Amino acid sequence: MASLLTFPKGGIHPPEAKELTADLAVEEMVVPAELEIVLGQHIGAPCTPTVAKKDAVSEGDLLGEVVKGLGVPLHSPVAGTIKTLGMSAHPMRVSVPSVTIKTDLEAPARKYQKSDWQKVSKEDLLKKVHAAGVIGVGGAGFPTHVKLNPPPSNPVDTLILNGAECEPYITADYRQMLEANAEIVEGAKIILKILGINKCIIGIENNKPEAIKVMTEAAATGSTTEFQVSVQPLQVKYPQGSEKQLIQTLTGRKVPAFALPSAVGVVVHNVSTTKAIYDAAVLGKPLYEKIVTISGKGIKRPANLRIKVGTKLSDIVAYLGGVTPELSKIIMGGPMMGFAVSSLDIPITKTTSSVLFLAGDEIDSSPHSQCIRCGWCLEACPMGLEPKEIALHVEAGRPEDTGRFGVFECFECGCCAYVCPAKRPLVQFIRLAKMKAKNE
Amino acid sequence: MWTVAACLVPPLILSVFIFGIQTLIITAVSVVSCVGVEYLSQKSLGRKVTIKDGSAVITGMLIAFVIPPGVNYLLPVLGAVMAIYIGKHLLGGIGYNIFNPALLARAFLLATFPVAMTSSWLPPLKEMAIFSYLGTSIDAISTATPLAVLKEGGMVAFTAQFGEAANLYTTFFLGWRPGCIGETSGLLIVLGGLYLLYRGYITWHIPVSVIGSVALLSWAFGGETLFGGDPLLAVLSGGILLGAFFMANDYVTCPTNKTAQLVYGVGIGALTVLIRQKGGYPEGICYAILLMNPLSSVFDDWFKPKRFAPPLAPQGGAK
Repeated sequence: MASLLTFPKGGIHPPEAKELTADLAVEEMVVPAELEIVLGQHIGAPCTPTVAKKDAVSEGDLLGEVVKGLGVPLHSPVAGTIKTLGMSAHPMRVSVPSVTIKTDLEAPARKYQKSDWQKVSKEDLLKKVHAAGVIGVGGAGFPTHVKLNPPPSNPVDTLILNGAECEPYITADYRQMLEANAEIVEGAKIILKILGINKCIIGIENNKPEAIKVMTEAAATGSTTEFQVSVQPLQVKYPQGSEKQLIQTLTGRKVPAFALPSAVGVVVHNVSTTKAIYDAAVLGKPLYEKIVTISGKGIKRPANLRIKVGTKLSDIVAYLGGVTPELSKIIMGGPMMGFAVSSLDIPITKTTSSVLFLAGDEIDSSPHSQCIRCGWCLEACPMGLEPKEIALHVEAGRPEDTGRFGVFECFECGCCAYVCPAKRPLVQFIRLAKMKAKNE
Repeated sequence: MWTVAACLVPPLILSVFIFGIQTLIITAVSVVSCVGVEYLSQKSLGRKVTIKDGSAVITGMLIAFVIPPGVNYLLPVLGAVMAIYIGKHLLGGIGYNIFNPALLARAFLLATFPVAMTSSWLPPLKEMAIFSYLGTSIDAISTATPLAVLKEGGMVAFTAQFGEAANLYTTFFLGWRPGCIGETSGLLIVLGGLYLLYRGYITWHIPVSVIGSVALLSWAFGGETLFGGDPLLAVLSGGILLGAFFMANDYVTCPTNKTAQLVYGVGIGALTVLIRQKGGYPEGICYAILLMNPLSSVFDDWFKPKRFAPPLAPQGGAK
């Protein structure tokens, strides 16, 4: 096992901290009395609401559509009435337009009928995925139907399913793989049909032997001569789940800077996105629920919850019995790439995969000091960039000069900040540089 | 930082047994002065006082390590002012200094007190009489360093004073030779360096390139004939090992990229041998490092880390 596949340059091995939730089966969270559904959940143009105040909606009904530009429709996670079209708190953009729905708590959950996707044409399958509002739920929120329809100039030959889940704490994809392995493999076959190719590799980090086992079995059962699905265990190294690093690990191909994976003939989907594609194509069920890992020593009861999109953090905290006195920081997303939040009014979106309630001993909030040019960030960076130089230039008031150190190739994995002995918030400096450089 | 300081303690203790208790006094004076100057500098410049980070302690120890054991106790105090106030804080504080502070102090002392800095060498003690040099006149007992003897009198004078080179490897490696306070014991310096390597605080690139290039070039050009030099003796005499493991690879003043570090290390080695062979001083590593220091950022610009993948050639406006 010593020679497990991984990417060659950079990377780190932070404490995994997955044991808090790894063995907890996905639990249906009680539907809260009110949901706030953010209109701009994906990369691209935000949705325009198709409902008005006081309208009655059923579970799965359309709430909004993208009129112009890139995007996918948005659906109601519950039956209820539209309370307001207003604004919601957001971890990055402060506040964003949203639809507030008052839940009809009496309404039964909607049932979906299975259909045979094999009989549906690939064009219609693609339409179903788009109509169900499926986006990359691993975090990026890129509209899935676009990735399933690569430009003809870039012929694709391989589908990669990302089951690496390399961020510490998060076990949402892990539980998804354990509990919905057959659906994920079916979803992979649906994607293969849409793309018109026959080879799919599922990459899973080796710290999830259970998932590797059940996925390997499901892949063997589901594979046909037409659709070959296989599982590849990967060395545990962060950021193995980064798209470019994963593609390099599994195919040896390097995606050029600023290019999409289709440039090297690969399409990558997260395993949970694949499950959503299955739901869309087989059940006709739109994407409005999310498996979210709620973890950390700051929450009374860590859990893997199936949560309706639009559920606020405050409802989750109340459902899990409150926070502990040790709570020191709340992070949406993983500890490496997530954002600290200052309010419990923030609603869950399609791309939320974890909310961490971290205690004082799980974080390091010591103040940062000057760069001593040790160069550890250069060693840790999987992209071969120069984080220290970017940060020094931002500090010196010259963010516009950071392009030559590769600031726009940075995907903010946080390896540099993790290894920095001076505790410098390098990713924040990089985000500042990107913002300032874009504004000019 | 404190780990690095701890790695410097064994050579310091050994120096007490080689040159007497005054090496400890000089080092103490130097460390206290450096910490004091750091405190005063940061106070007067309105910066946050960071004397607890240990960097001034290391500078203090290194200043003592690169001056002769018989100097006046005032010299390390002046060295501390040069290193910490001028060399470090006036250039922006830790992280922004261009030159290695300890070596800057040595260069400054060598220029201002040339006699004391080049003649206060003590012969190694016999029978562990560590207090015997206290209170005696330095002039009466001072000796010359191996490199100085080699430079002045050639190999004949060298073997006359220190014996056949072949027998010297062991004594030189252990540290029983005249020299600066902390530079003589190759064994303990290498052990300290290996520990820092093992802990991952330093990498092999600079020590190996410095030592390797000094050995290679001394072998080629250090003898009477081409390839007649003694590479082992070249590395064990002077301050090569101390410089290679504790000074040339100082994070702040060396390049950060590994390829740049190799070129930088070879540059230091080459300049050292050049100064030793053709320059006015018997030892060259101090000036070699100081001369290479300002080139660090240039090297970092020349040798960039390898990017994951370059962008596609612009076609159809793809970004």
